[in-house]
Amino acid sequence: MKMLINVAETVVADALRGLAASHPELTVDVENRVVVRRDAPVPDKVALISGGGSGHEPLHGGFVGAGMLDAACPGEVFTSPVPDQMVRAAAAVDNGKGVLFVVKNYTGDVLNFDMAAELAEDEGIQVAKVLVDDDVAVSDSTHTAGRRGTGATLFVEKIAGAAAEEGAPLERVEAIARRVNACSRSFGVALSPCSTPAKGGPTFELPAGELELGVGIHGEPGRERRAMMTSREIADYAVDAVLDDLRPDNPVLVLVNGMGATPQLELYGFAAEVHRVLGERRVAVARTLVGNYVTSLDMAGASVTLCQVDEDLLRLWDAPVRTAGLRWGC
Amino acid sequence: MSSSESAVEHALDTSFFQRWLTAAAESVQREAARLTELDSAIGDADHGTNMQRGFAAVTEALEKEPPGSPGAALILAGRQLISKVGGASGPLYGTLLRRAGKALGDAAEVTPQQLADALRAGVDAVAQLGGAAPGDKTMLDALFPAVEALGGDTASFTAAGEAADKGALATVPMLARKGRASYLGERSVGHQDPGATSSALIVAALAEAVR
Repeated sequence: MKMLINVAETVVADALRGLAASHPELTVDVENRVVVRRDAPVPDKVALISGGGSGHEPLHGGFVGAGMLDAACPGEVFTSPVPDQMVRAAAAVDNGKGVLFVVKNYTGDVLNFDMAAELAEDEGIQVAKVLVDDDVAVSDSTHTAGRRGTGATLFVEKIAGAAAEEGAPLERVEAIARRVNACSRSFGVALSPCSTPAKGGPTFELPAGELELGVGIHGEPGRERRAMMTSREIADYAVDAVLDDLRPDNPVLVLVNGMGATPQLELYGFAAEVHRVLGERRVAVARTLVGNYVTSLDMAGASVTLCQVDEDLLRLWDAPVRTAGLRWGC
Repeated sequence: MSSSESAVEHALDTSFFQRWLTAAAESVQREAARLTELDSAIGDADHGTNMQRGFAAVTEALEKEPPGSPGAALILAGRQLISKVGGASGPLYGTLLRRAGKALGDAAEVTPQQLADALRAGVDAVAQLGGAAPGDKTMLDALFPAVEALGGDTASFTAAGEAADKGALATVPMLARKGRASYLGERSVGHQDPGATSSALIVAALAEAVR
């Protein structure tokens, strides 16, 4: 498998060097793997820190900046970061107003962020945590690690980040983050497997004529495999899977997210189908975002995330944001 | 043999713990590709790489800042694993060794029974942190039988290694209930758990450290 890399061992560091070179508004500690807003610690503002395995870019490093995250901690590819990174990030961004950790629900992320929270608290930093678990493909039972955190992470980071930027205290930023997660559901499909640099090839097999319905952002399996479907059929399946679990009374934010190797042309065609289904199900759409935001390396496919919003959440969604991966209103 | 004679004969000093951790590091290094291969079947194909990185840091730290007691050696190793491995394995293995190290206190020598008790405390801490139980297809399926087999003499180390190995093999027909493999549901059946496999390597290294 050809990849645009030097060697597998340095892909994360190389990407961080590139992020630093391209975005002078960020302070990038390549050695310790921490990406921080250059103007941190921002006075009188709760700080948001997220992180997770690399390979999902622009999540999370691409969402560091005004109106979103204060710092991000990238781990190795598909491997959660270590506590030292989050402790370092917390020390860099905290100004005494406290820090919110945004954690995707994977065993490794949860354990490492928990340890980091304890260590940061030992250093006198007030830490709150919000767990993102929006993937309806996984049944939320004691027989699994629980629902995975996927597309809703973007909604949580953007909306809670806007609340923090407005000066909301930690309890309120945390409550908003929890509310956004509770109002969000996602469903993803894979048309091809992803390939990690370390493996140099696909991490799972997916026959040419089939797709994986309910795939996770590390290529984890979902509900079933079927013979390849049309964009229209996939939208019906994905949106209904989400609406089976989230019956919105309010309008929704829609994220039509590419997994990494699916062209915008296809994503917009898929967005049209998603809107069609939502119209048929009488769900009003407040805003739509289409693009590659929560990716899975070079996987082909897409996910749909819906987030039910009231006026308050919608206003925070519309608030200005200035990051490498998401930018509007300023 | 009286228990005091046995204690003298089988006293485990700091160098024993250094030999154990070094042997574990070599074993992880040797088996890294197999661990990654097992992980690619039911996980995300990085367990070998991550464990290799962590144990390389353990070896380096043991050389750079030689620990003064068995407990200190385990705490040092645990801290390195937490700082270097990432994923769930880092905090879980780190907790195993740190908790065991704390249980040993700052004694200059410990008996096999004290090591057995300390490792049991470590394994209990792992079960609590990960929220898993035996039968969930995790590292505990190798670790629990291993601490059951550990006893008052160093001969039990060999038995513990065999029990851990058997425990790891027994994960093949299990349905994963924790960690990333749990997303596979029925599809996790038929594969050996990578975490149980690396646990077995670490336990087996105990016998190698006996002189």
